[in-house]
Amino acid sequence: MRTVFQEQFIAFETIVRREIARFTRIWTQTLLPPVITQSLSFVIFGKFIGSQVGHINGVSYMAFIVPGLVMMSVINSAFTNVVSSFFSVKFQRSIEEVLVSPTTHVAIIAGYVMGGVIRGILVGSIVFVVSIFFTHPVIHNLAIIIIFIILTSLVFSLAGLVNAIFAKKFDDVSIFPTFVLTPLTYLGGVFYSIHSLPGVWQQFSLFNPILYMVNGFRYGFYGFSDVSVGGSILFLVALVGILLYANLYLMKKGTGIKS
Amino acid sequence: MKAIEIKNLTKTYANGIQALKRIDLEVEQGDFFALLGANGAGKTTVIGILTDLVNKTAGEVKVFGHDIDKDFSVAKKFIGVVPQEINLNIFERAIDILVTQAGYYGIPCNEALPRAEELLKRLGLWEKRFGSPRTYSGGMKRRLMIARALIHEPKMLFLDEPTAGVDVEIRHEMWEYLRERNKAGLTILLTTHYLEEVEQMCRNAAIIKGGEIIMRDSVRKLLTFMDKEVYVVSVQHVKDITTLSQYKPVVVDDTTLEIEMSRKETLHDFVARLAQTGMVLTDIRPKGHRLEKLFLEVLNK
Repeated sequence: MRTVFQEQFIAFETIVRREIARFTRIWTQTLLPPVITQSLSFVIFGKFIGSQVGHINGVSYMAFIVPGLVMMSVINSAFTNVVSSFFSVKFQRSIEEVLVSPTTHVAIIAGYVMGGVIRGILVGSIVFVVSIFFTHPVIHNLAIIIIFIILTSLVFSLAGLVNAIFAKKFDDVSIFPTFVLTPLTYLGGVFYSIHSLPGVWQQFSLFNPILYMVNGFRYGFYGFSDVSVGGSILFLVALVGILLYANLYLMKKGTGIKS
Repeated sequence: MKAIEIKNLTKTYANGIQALKRIDLEVEQGDFFALLGANGAGKTTVIGILTDLVNKTAGEVKVFGHDIDKDFSVAKKFIGVVPQEINLNIFERAIDILVTQAGYYGIPCNEALPRAEELLKRLGLWEKRFGSPRTYSGGMKRRLMIARALIHEPKMLFLDEPTAGVDVEIRHEMWEYLRERNKAGLTILLTTHYLEEVEQMCRNAAIIKGGEIIMRDSVRKLLTFMDKEVYVVSVQHVKDITTLSQYKPVVVDDTTLEIEMSRKETLHDFVARLAQTGMVLTDIRPKGHRLEKLFLEVLNK
């Protein structure tokens, strides 16, 4: 006889296993594209343009953009994994398989989010390994790197789930990444330090949550950041809390999945 | 303890449509129960509420004594559901669909695999276990959904129009299997358009119309509400039918008549009367299904 906790853990594990099986089965769509895209970024931005930019805070431009490009891959992979997987089961109505079962909303959210976190970290790690062929990134504080990669993938997995819950058609799945996520990522300090921006744009950049993720992550490698690292961690933890609550509320209400 | 106890169940959808109007319904353990009604009568809404796919507006629902408002997660373990629409994940293999479903009920892989094997073999899908539902025929998809609904060994099975679009042979195989499971103690609640099946399989039935239960009784008793029966009579050659006027005969063709008989009359008397006309009887059978007629009569009231 299993306890309720054991049963819920098996349900959670089932969702995670299913998610891993899904994104590894279609690895040419999930794991390969970010590696190719970021390799091109390393070549174009790092090698060709970077050689003319020089150093930022004492590190080469190529080394400077590595954490940002890794984080970009983490953000996109975590978000896309959850939004496409959850929307796909919703669209096919196979979401009903889990809804009719005793699996709690917490286990459902945790399972899908864990799938996104694993894919985010996996893709981020692959991109980081690829970056070693172009530069020699150093590690200033491994704990900070791990904290930021986990918190960022959590934030975007949870955000992907909110998007999937509200999405009614396939177009709704791509609106947020195209019109919100990509611009915020490019303007989030991946390719530059905000100190190089004019005053008003510096202030404006501070409203971009991705700035805190990229800079905190970069701090883990080189020990410098445009923003407070402790403050960034608190901000990300708060964001995780808000998004988790939003998902729990939407699930309980049955938004997009129950009538 | 009842398998299902529903009291004052009401559902009003966001668009204002009142799908259920304070319905009361009880289903005994071990029953093979039919919920009948036209499209949009509220059948699927009842099943949706019982399986947590539809939020109820008001009322009480108990599944094997467990109130769904208090401990739905316990109640859900008693229920397996085969929905009306195919809702299989077309990107997964059949065997994985079953093992995953078991996982949602807290059953680990090592326990789920032998159960999946047994169900897939019994339902004739074992050879195709590594295939995806994309490659399955309509009947195979239905059988896979039955296997999925039974993987956690529920005590109650909801079948929402399970044989829609399934060919006759497969339909009969499915019914044979479900009858076998019902005999083994599984309570079954069925909605279907094939009233012939209800007549043959179900012990009790309720008719739902416009979100209200308008009749609930044993199938046998429901049939007694029918006071007339139409028979198709085949003879070698149709002759003068005036002496059969009490049976309201209608000549269909040279060898076929249709007659109407009340419950007070007997086939024996009719056959004797037919013999007096000089017609040679070759066959006699009821026209259509009695329950279907009752159903239409009740719905048209």
